[in-house]
Amino acid sequence: MRKLRRKKTKPSASGPAVTTVVVMRLYIANNAPNSVRAVANLAAICKEHLQDKFKLEIIDVLEYPLRALADGILVTPSLAKVSPSPAAKIVGNLSDRSSVLHALGIKESVE
Amino acid sequence: MNATKSAAPQPLPKIATGIAGFDELSHGGLPRNRTSLLKGGPGSGKTVFALQSLVNAVRRRQEPGIFVAFEESTRQIIANAASFDWGLPALAKDKLFFLDAHLSPEVVQSGEFDLSGMLAMLKAKTEEIGAKWIVFDGIDVLLTLLQNPMSEMREIYRIRDWLADNEVNAAIITAKTDGDSAEIVNYGFLQFMVDCVVRFERRLEHGVALHRLQITKYRGSDFVAGEFPVSFGPAGMEVGAPEPAEIRHEASSERVSAGFERLDTMLGGGLFRGSSTLITGVPGTSKTTLAGKFAEAACRRGERTLFVSFDEGAEPIARNLSSVGIQLKPHIKSGLLRMHSARTESIGAEDHLVKLKSLIREHRPRCMVIDPLSAIAKAGGLSAARAVANRLIYMAKDEKVTVVVTAINTVNDPQTEATDLQISRIADTWIHLSYLIRSGERNRALTIIKSRGTWHSNQVRELILSKTGPMLADVYTAGGEVLMGTLRWEKEGEEKAKTIQRRAEFDHKRGELQVAEAETHARIKALQQDLERQRVELAKYSSANEARIVTSSDREKELRRIRSADPAGRAPTGIVPSLAKRRAAVRSGNSGRKNKKDAQIAP
Repeated sequence: MRKLRRKKTKPSASGPAVTTVVVMRLYIANNAPNSVRAVANLAAICKEHLQDKFKLEIIDVLEYPLRALADGILVTPSLAKVSPSPAAKIVGNLSDRSSVLHALGIKESVE
Repeated sequence: MNATKSAAPQPLPKIATGIAGFDELSHGGLPRNRTSLLKGGPGSGKTVFALQSLVNAVRRRQEPGIFVAFEESTRQIIANAASFDWGLPALAKDKLFFLDAHLSPEVVQSGEFDLSGMLAMLKAKTEEIGAKWIVFDGIDVLLTLLQNPMSEMREIYRIRDWLADNEVNAAIITAKTDGDSAEIVNYGFLQFMVDCVVRFERRLEHGVALHRLQITKYRGSDFVAGEFPVSFGPAGMEVGAPEPAEIRHEASSERVSAGFERLDTMLGGGLFRGSSTLITGVPGTSKTTLAGKFAEAACRRGERTLFVSFDEGAEPIARNLSSVGIQLKPHIKSGLLRMHSARTESIGAEDHLVKLKSLIREHRPRCMVIDPLSAIAKAGGLSAARAVANRLIYMAKDEKVTVVVTAINTVNDPQTEATDLQISRIADTWIHLSYLIRSGERNRALTIIKSRGTWHSNQVRELILSKTGPMLADVYTAGGEVLMGTLRWEKEGEEKAKTIQRRAEFDHKRGELQVAEAETHARIKALQQDLERQRVELAKYSSANEARIVTSSDREKELRRIRSADPAGRAPTGIVPSLAKRRAAVRSGNSGRKNKKDAQIAP
């Protein structure tokens, strides 16, 4: 996390947030209901707000538990925004879209 | 065993927590392979209990553990435990795994989540380090985040299933309750799901924080019901079990002095080594003096001694005792005697116990004085103080320390229980000091109310303090009353005068007899002299007579030989007629005179 904070000045130099590629990791627990819902909710958000300007890695915690542990994950599903800075963490099935957008730093242009 | 006794109920397997007192209360510890719930208000000791169990498992049985912290950060928990001598940071490197499971406030929540991912991670970690214990600390915090009762229920189920699948030796869940009555949502279910529930409580009594613990549920096992005091010391938490399940104290037949000879005599030779003595009395009956004398005697024997005083400084005590000939200062200087004074109100009774324990460990005394033990009743609740007093005495016994404790009673009557602490039950010896007020005087009286396993005097003695130390005086009983002080002194004077008189009379009589004896002796001597003289005279007389007889008979023989009247060799009987003739002449002369006298009377 500290590593990411160092890049703090970069996004402002490269222009508006929307044009930047958003790097995210979604931690899920295989096909647990909340995890399945989270994947769907995130896909919808990305499609609507980020188009192709995002990079998403989905990690199944049941498969890679020690990695999730190392990444500081607690509950599933969890979404981590890796870049651009500031980093953010969202827990839950991402059903509350506005809070997700806010955390990801995306303006709700459509609504 | 199973084959032969298959019908017999199997005792529930348990696993020791290593927390002093708790394993006794629960008859063995927490249920093995099961889940236990610790509930209680904030700061009631749940986390310490859980963490200490984990630490003990690692240190005693090499069983690694996992601690999932929902409420505090791992760093905080390790820092909080730094006051205990567990060496937690070292253990946290490989044997204990701390999962920082408290969601930082920066984390955004959007919709529902669950624990399936976390449990998968914990499973992996459990396998990785071979964890045998797992603690979920502050599950209430997690449940609050879930925001709805249905989810809470679901997650509790999930944890239960996980614990069932991952057989650890023991699982502990802690949950915070707000106050006494308020329970967390779904608490009932949480309680139902676990096999053992321990309730923790922290409350203020007279401004002192008291910690309590109670086992409220233990499925398939009996346990000691009721609330028990909890104390915290360098080794961690300790539960004040009311009495040790088993008394293992060795009974020593060695005697140690109770302070001075006369008291030892009253006790049948002194106190038993490792025994406990209670000295009770109202203020001013010189309980401290007696205890101080005991301490001094111990130091003089070269035994390490601990003198604990409550609400009075060591310095004034040493000074006061020196005024009655008890010198503690040299022993303090030599290090043999350790004085510790504590203020009772500042900390709870439990904490006093912990402090004393560490003092005993440090100083390793053979003799100990606690003056007055009753002071700890001031430190918070009475029940706690009672338990502490009991445990103190048992602890001293465990360490084979001969202990003398004093207790102030407010009523000058030994029959009303000595103190609120009820220590007289467990003390081996009970000495009661009292005042007897008679003839405008207060006099101190010493009674031995009990002394286990030894003959002891049943007499009340007067305790007198002098510059050379305390001493005991005989008391006089007159007309069914005990005489002390001036009355005793008067009585003693009376006795002394009588003795003198008796002696004088005796001396006089003896003198008289001696004089009489001397007189008799003198008389005997005079008589003996008389006797001697008479003997001498008699001897002289008889020898003269014989000589005369011999001479006269020789003369007669000579005469007869000359006249040839008798033939030679005939017995000299011839003298007899001549003698008879002479005697007859004398007689006739006499009679003539007599006759003349008669004639004179006749006319």
